Amino acid sequence: MLSFISRRIIHTIAVLFIVSFFSFLLLHIMPGDPAAAMLGIEAKKEEVEAMRKELGLDRPFLIQYGHWFANVLRGDLGKSLMYREPVANLFYARLPVTLYLSLLAFVISGILGISAGIFCAIKRGGFFDQIISISANIGIAIPMFWLGIIGIYLFGLKTGWLPIYGWTSPFDDFILSSKQALMPVLLLAVPGISILARQSRSSMLEVVRQDYIRTARSKGLSERIVLLRHALKNALIPIVTLMGLHIRIMVGGSVLVETVFSIPGMGFLLVGSAINKDFLVVQGGVLLIGSIVCVTNLLVDISYGWLDPRLRYE
Amino acid sequence: MSENNTMPKSKLLSIQPEKKDIQVREWKRITRVMFGRIVVTGGALVILALILVAVFAPQISPYDPYETNLFAILAPPSKAHLLGTDEVGRDLLTRIIYGSRISLLVGIVAVSIGGLIGMGLGLIAGYAGGWINTIIMRVIDALLALPPLLLMLAIAVMLGGGLLNVLIALGIGIMPTYCRLMCGQVLSIKESDYITAARAIGANGLRIILQHLLPNSFPPLLVLITINLGTAIMMEASLSFLGIGIPPPTATWGAMVSSGYRFLLTNPLISFAPGVAILLVVLAFNMVGDGLRDALDPRLRGII
Repeated sequence: MLSFISRRIIHTIAVLFIVSFFSFLLLHIMPGDPAAAMLGIEAKKEEVEAMRKELGLDRPFLIQYGHWFANVLRGDLGKSLMYREPVANLFYARLPVTLYLSLLAFVISGILGISAGIFCAIKRGGFFDQIISISANIGIAIPMFWLGIIGIYLFGLKTGWLPIYGWTSPFDDFILSSKQALMPVLLLAVPGISILARQSRSSMLEVVRQDYIRTARSKGLSERIVLLRHALKNALIPIVTLMGLHIRIMVGGSVLVETVFSIPGMGFLLVGSAINKDFLVVQGGVLLIGSIVCVTNLLVDISYGWLDPRLRYE
Repeated sequence: MSENNTMPKSKLLSIQPEKKDIQVREWKRITRVMFGRIVVTGGALVILALILVAVFAPQISPYDPYETNLFAILAPPSKAHLLGTDEVGRDLLTRIIYGSRISLLVGIVAVSIGGLIGMGLGLIAGYAGGWINTIIMRVIDALLALPPLLLMLAIAVMLGGGLLNVLIALGIGIMPTYCRLMCGQVLSIKESDYITAARAIGANGLRIILQHLLPNSFPPLLVLITINLGTAIMMEASLSFLGIGIPPPTATWGAMVSSGYRFLLTNPLISFAPGVAILLVVLAFNMVGDGLRDALDPRLRGII
């Protein structure tokens, strides 16, 4: 197990390194001079020169990367042009909001998705199986931003039940915060629920066909025990790997959801910065989110190895 | 297949009709399984409709997509404007019809870019193995660590926006899955007996790749391509919704949903209708992809 964990850690470090290189590269795939592009067309020549110096663009490529990477390790992601603040400070204020929403959505989609999928598999071909399967297919294909707008129209504008935008910390005003977060969190959970329901359904159906399930049944165990102890446990293994993918979906979805509901999280910040050509914020955001996903993937891998010992010796 | 090529010509001719028979039977089986499910047939019809609408957009749309009409701003649905008009009086139905052109174009081009690069890299990684495989797959892991939408957003913005750059960004975002799939396929097929046999009769690397590896990894790739056409359309719509995709006044479904957002109380259809189009098209590609998977999955062969 220890060698498995250390192998995974080395793998993660390698991937993190490449993620950092990609983020660095982002500023360099820009056609033309990044410094000039950032400052806009009204910038004076001296200002552009100063910007080039600040970004280190006058030095060789690899040295720039080394310099940039050293700064990143110190937590220095540069300074936002729009907010006139260090990028790291901007993230520090907004990341908790995104994590809070994503985590809630993650838990909700895990519970709802997996139980719906298992239920479908047990009652295969029944009425609810069909309804849930169809809903799951729609849930995957539905544009999240559009669903959000429909939610705003129905529950906000028409009925006035829920606020249509904004964010309040749950520590300041829990009720208002929950009301504001309800739609975004559910929305964020939709793709997750759909994917998990489909996956756990097919995973469960796959497991139920195995020999050991037949053995368990033929030795007279009750259906409940067979399903819960023998089938479910094994069916969950492939679902855990999906969880890594799942985190990516949550964070990606928060870009849309935060924009629809004007929630001051990472996604909202990154979209605004992208539109306003505040490139260092976009670069830092890619790096930060990529790193978070890498580390969670590592944790998922380790738990996967713990669940399924065969994998440790690959 | 290729074993036949090495046989004497007379023998090849004698077995040819039989082989054709098998192919016909196989083809019939695939279409039967595929279109046996009503949702798959429905999906195929939606895709057909999308193609027809996109191709014949100028002929079937009642107005010009850029023609503004200041006397009919935010008009509700009526006989003249079946879905109403937007904030500058452009006919909504017409713009949805024209939006299908962008969606179809984006789907095809982005999947071509991503698919070709991804499959190429996957082939190289799987076939070469060793450190080449390690490097390529670590790069793919890194790309997969980023939410696709964020990756595409960053690339599109850095490149400067616009249709071409959005297509490049979508292609790069889609590419990793192809690489992974192709690499996995190649690794599993590479050790098969027929590859060893091909090697033994002196086939070179290129021949093995073209004659054996590519055709045999084709079924799962076809499924992925179908589903990804929908994914690319969805991603483009999301980018356009965020205001980072294809700039106005081009009619794109995502941008239309976004612009209608401000007029929800006046005419919610401006937002709702293009969203229905996105949902239908993405769902259709997913359903057909699912149907293909069922039909091509060798494990189901013989059962159905």
